[in-house]
Amino acid sequence: MSHQSIRVALFVPCYVDQFYPQVGKAALQLLEKCGCTVDYPDEQTCCGQPLANSGMEQAAKPIYHHFVETFGSYDYIVVPSASCAYHVSHHYDVIEQTEVVKKVRESIYDITAFLTDVLHIESLGARFPHKVGIHQSCHGLRGLQLARSTEQMIDPYSKWEHLLHMVSDLELVQLERPDECCGFGGTFAVAEEAVSAKMGKDRVRDHLNSGAEFITSGDMSCLMHMEGLIRRNKWPIQVKHLVEILNTDG
Amino acid sequence: MGSQKSINHAAAADKFIANESRTDWHNASVSYLRKKRDVGAALVPEWETLRSLASGIKNNVLGNLDQYLEQFEKNAQANGVQVHWAVDAESHNRIVTSILERHKVKLLVKSKSMLTEECHLNPHLEARGIEVVDTDLGERIIQMRDEGPSHIVAPAIHIKKEEVGELFHDQLQSEAGATDPQYLTEVARQHLREKFLNCDAALTGVNFAVAETGGVVVCTNEGNADMGAHMVPLQIHCMGIEKIIPRQQDLGVFLRLLARSATGQPITIYSSHHQKPKEGGEMHIVIVDNGRSKHLGRDTFRNALKCIRCGACMNSCPVYRRSGGYSYGYTVPGPIGSILTPGFNLEKYKELPFASTLCGACSAVCPTKINIDEQLYKWRQKVYEEDYLDKTKETGLSVAGNVLSSAKKYKRASALMRWALKWMPRFMTHNRFNAWAKKRELPEVPGESFRDWYRKNRK
Ligand code: SF4
Repeated sequence: MSHQSIRVALFVPCYVDQFYPQVGKAALQLLEKCGCTVDYPDEQTCCGQPLANSGMEQAAKPIYHHFVETFGSYDYIVVPSASCAYHVSHHYDVIEQTEVVKKVRESIYDITAFLTDVLHIESLGARFPHKVGIHQSCHGLRGLQLARSTEQMIDPYSKWEHLLHMVSDLELVQLERPDECCGFGGTFAVAEEAVSAKMGKDRVRDHLNSGAEFITSGDMSCLMHMEGLIRRNKWPIQVKHLVEILNTDG
Repeated sequence: MGSQKSINHAAAADKFIANESRTDWHNASVSYLRKKRDVGAALVPEWETLRSLASGIKNNVLGNLDQYLEQFEKNAQANGVQVHWAVDAESHNRIVTSILERHKVKLLVKSKSMLTEECHLNPHLEARGIEVVDTDLGERIIQMRDEGPSHIVAPAIHIKKEEVGELFHDQLQSEAGATDPQYLTEVARQHLREKFLNCDAALTGVNFAVAETGGVVVCTNEGNADMGAHMVPLQIHCMGIEKIIPRQQDLGVFLRLLARSATGQPITIYSSHHQKPKEGGEMHIVIVDNGRSKHLGRDTFRNALKCIRCGACMNSCPVYRRSGGYSYGYTVPGPIGSILTPGFNLEKYKELPFASTLCGACSAVCPTKINIDEQLYKWRQKVYEEDYLDKTKETGLSVAGNVLSSAKKYKRASALMRWALKWMPRFMTHNRFNAWAKKRELPEVPGESFRDWYRKNRK
């Protein structure tokens, strides 16, 4: 497959840049494997979501403008985070809707949707011989509609599962609560520490009970929260971002 | 309205969760309602169409509420009903009291009314020597415990059957140690029967008020609303202005959605239509504003008034299930409560829009498609705009905002943060002041950031 004519900018969210560089690398390599020409604009910082979710949308506007300036000239902006993609596409409506702002809002993709809906990937050559549970991040699930949530009375589908089915020897486990939130929620994780930690604990427990060895997700922030609990409690399970699994060698 | 003291949701939740096994039990009981909803809704192939219809009808109602209310009043009056308008809780209570006092009522039986909870009618009447008995089992239980509801459909969902057994033993002289729900329900039934036989007036809430007929519809499972209203000549129905639906046929949409969303039942056991007074009796309808018209005027938030009080957003909310109804400090808790209360008193309820991860389960389950999570987000912006945001949070985030809008500053600051996390002693990063690290490890700091790696290897 060749998509070399498509100019893709990779957006690596700030906390991924700092704490999970391997996720950025996997995303980059995966996109290149799929034939894209990928650029990593050096001026990038953050999408502004941490401020806006705390009520400080007004103060986040300079970040929005900086983001648009940094990414405005690309065909696609791809980010290994449904949450950031959701924020840019849905909440950049509070700045003036110039042509470039509209373009950025339309051309930002969570990497899952980019692989399934733009590149129409049908095979990957990846192998991951483990039992894996999917953590459907809420912004990916209900925000970007990457899968059907249990609330919706429509035919089931899942873009995450679609991609993971292409990975050889990977076994997906059945969870009791397939779409319960993990309790990260940005500043919620600290402001509502008790509820956040309890939600995370319950979420990890569901994966443990299902026999999963790995929890995977399209959002590293949810995984960072669950990993914090896993390491503190020494639970026998690990987290891996979806792109790390999709980028494995066959 | 009410005290100015802010509701501290996080602190209340912390207390609730301290009893972890009880939290798990609460989570499971509430989740059970949601699971039944999923089963019930899945049996209706046109479920999503029904939701769209309900949302559309309610949009129309909110856009033309003044006309529908007048139409409703006219038709109700033509049926011989006395219609009263109450601007706030106080006038609602005054109106109800004056009706009751005129008829020298000593004992009022009440059913299915979150509105009277909202208006705090019970203490008002009791202070005037009128006994009020809530007749729905859940409401009777919390009334006997002198508590408010913790859920709008299952007001006593936070109470275990063992505790009900003790309560009935203390107050109704039932067998000690009884926990069998059937036995306890029978005890309550005998107790309530006596109240029904001696009451002088009945009051109910309203689920739907039909503009074209002037009638009201009350949906219940226990039938107490009917028992009361049929026993005595004097019946009173209290409703918020948003309960209007235009036509009788619209019930075909709402009745199908309401019970399924609430408990998964195809329909409530009783859907009672009250249209006119019985012979020789009186029927009153009290229409209450109490902040609703002000809410209607707020474009961004008005459609919270589409709520039909099914409770599905509560049952779906991962926070509510683990923090309990009381942590919200209002009669209507959970996601819908968190977007209604800031409209009544932003300072008092400023924390509630933050008592959410914005997971969106509430909006996805809501039968009238209220965009609850989007409104939570918008209320957060209002909290900041009106300067109610916690100052330490605000300063920290302002600094972050400044840094994140400039690539140069960001690179410098992140290098500093990585250095600090890596080299600072653990007691400095993992202490009781760091809410993250109370129960979680901080992420490990890798050798180099993605940006550094990219610069070295790809540029
Ligand atoms: S907001 Fe929607 S889901 Fe929640 S109680 Fe009201 S109608 Fe039901």
